[in-house]
Amino acid sequence: MAHYPSELKYTKDHEWARVEDDDVVRIGITSYAVEHLGDVTLIDLPSVGTDIQAQERFGDIESVKTVSELFSPVSGEVVEVNEDLESSPEDVNEGPYEKGWLVAIKMSDPGEVARLMDAAAYEEFLTSLD
Amino acid sequence: MTDVSDCCGASSFSCTRCGVAPGRERGYVPAAVTEELKNTPLVEEHRALGARLVPFAGYHMPVQYAGVKKEHQAVRERAGIFDVSHMGELVLSGEHALAVVDYQVTNRVSSLDVGQAVYTVCLNDEGTILDDLIIYRLADEEVMVVCNASNHGKIAKHFAAAAEEHCEFDDRTETTALLALQGPRALAILKDAGADASLLDLGFFRLGQGQVGGVQAIVARTGYTGEDGVEIFCAATDAVTLFRALVAAGEAHGLAPTGLGARDTLRLEARLSLYGNEIDETTNPYEAGLGWTVKLKKGDFRGRDALVAIKEAGVSRKLVGFEMTARGIGRHGYPILDAAGTKVGEVTSGSPAPTLGKNIGLGYVPLEMSAIGTDIGIEIRGKTVTAVVVKTPFYKRSES
Repeated sequence: MAHYPSELKYTKDHEWARVEDDDVVRIGITSYAVEHLGDVTLIDLPSVGTDIQAQERFGDIESVKTVSELFSPVSGEVVEVNEDLESSPEDVNEGPYEKGWLVAIKMSDPGEVARLMDAAAYEEFLTSLD
Repeated sequence: MTDVSDCCGASSFSCTRCGVAPGRERGYVPAAVTEELKNTPLVEEHRALGARLVPFAGYHMPVQYAGVKKEHQAVRERAGIFDVSHMGELVLSGEHALAVVDYQVTNRVSSLDVGQAVYTVCLNDEGTILDDLIIYRLADEEVMVVCNASNHGKIAKHFAAAAEEHCEFDDRTETTALLALQGPRALAILKDAGADASLLDLGFFRLGQGQVGGVQAIVARTGYTGEDGVEIFCAATDAVTLFRALVAAGEAHGLAPTGLGARDTLRLEARLSLYGNEIDETTNPYEAGLGWTVKLKKGDFRGRDALVAIKEAGVSRKLVGFEMTARGIGRHGYPILDAAGTKVGEVTSGSPAPTLGKNIGLGYVPLEMSAIGTDIGIEIRGKTVTAVVVKTPFYKRSES
């Protein structure tokens, strides 16, 4: 079932961000996104060292039926990639906030994360969609 | 996130050809549907079973319940039940009904036994495909034409015009429900649902009429999954009773309610064409691998002259199956490339094949690139990914 942990920040593109250090965030997609995607079968992620921009595409996620683009909640450099997803993309379905994380980013502007929605605001936003 | 999947038919469940805008908005949900959608008689059953409903060919249809992979596997290993009541049922009756239908399609209809069905295509005068159909001979002077939901309006008009002054025409789409019960346990479930004995030993592409689960039905040994099974027609008003009887009988057999998502991956593994993908009004049956449905010797039929010319000239392209040999999924509309990187064709359908654990697809290539083992490239969002032409069907069930 859909759930939205209160310690995370969210975007209208259905990504979440978890601040881990002062300037590193781990990101993934929300359970809302997972429910709409269905069985995830393939994920294209950037390699460590890639610079990515907030709101811009940094990868693709494919389910049996669809391809969707991934947009980063923040700008910065990719410092870690979830390599396990290559062999077990279903981790995203099974645990979108835990083992299904996508990348960790060292933020170039830590102020960006404060502008994201909290769980309550994201859930409010979701009610406007369905 | 933006859904960038290329829309078509069951490939993305929001098809431009069906008048439904593809989901290109950011955020996983298809763009708002402006047209009024119809419901099948089973829509509340689907909701109660937790289905996700999507617009498809003008209907709210279940795309998945437990998940595409689980449903796919259930059909291959046990059984699945599909609501395909959106499909069109056109009944032609009268002394000339068989002859009228026979003239509109490529396969033989006049020689069908009562209780026999045939798969065929229906052509325009140019020899390209208006729709693919199953024709059922219900009685001496009565045939039922079952067409794709996405083509229902076009095909109903086509057959109504053909029938004019020759035979009766009755469009029963709105008053008919259609359930597909497919998989190795399908016949056992049909039996446990209390079907008349005569419905349990039908030959392939044979049909019978009788009681199933307390409901009067037409049962046909046909399907769209590559598995054994039946398709069951009943009155729309009886659909809930029949559906519940089959679901109850299926419980002990591991029957899964199955949506359009798994229907598409199942039919693709079995290399069954989907109208709007492999075949449409720009393709002819020879290049689509449907030459076996064309009986030039049966006498004249619509599109025959054009087909004779196409056959004499020879086709220049062919529908082939491919398997990805590198990481990627070649999907509908993606370019197929030759060794030099030049676009030579397009993917018509492509997806992961849950039974095979590979990424597979179908597409048109020039004749000289159609041999099994030919290396091809698929352009996936700007990158070339390698694939190879393989033998089809990708999946064939073992005969039990």
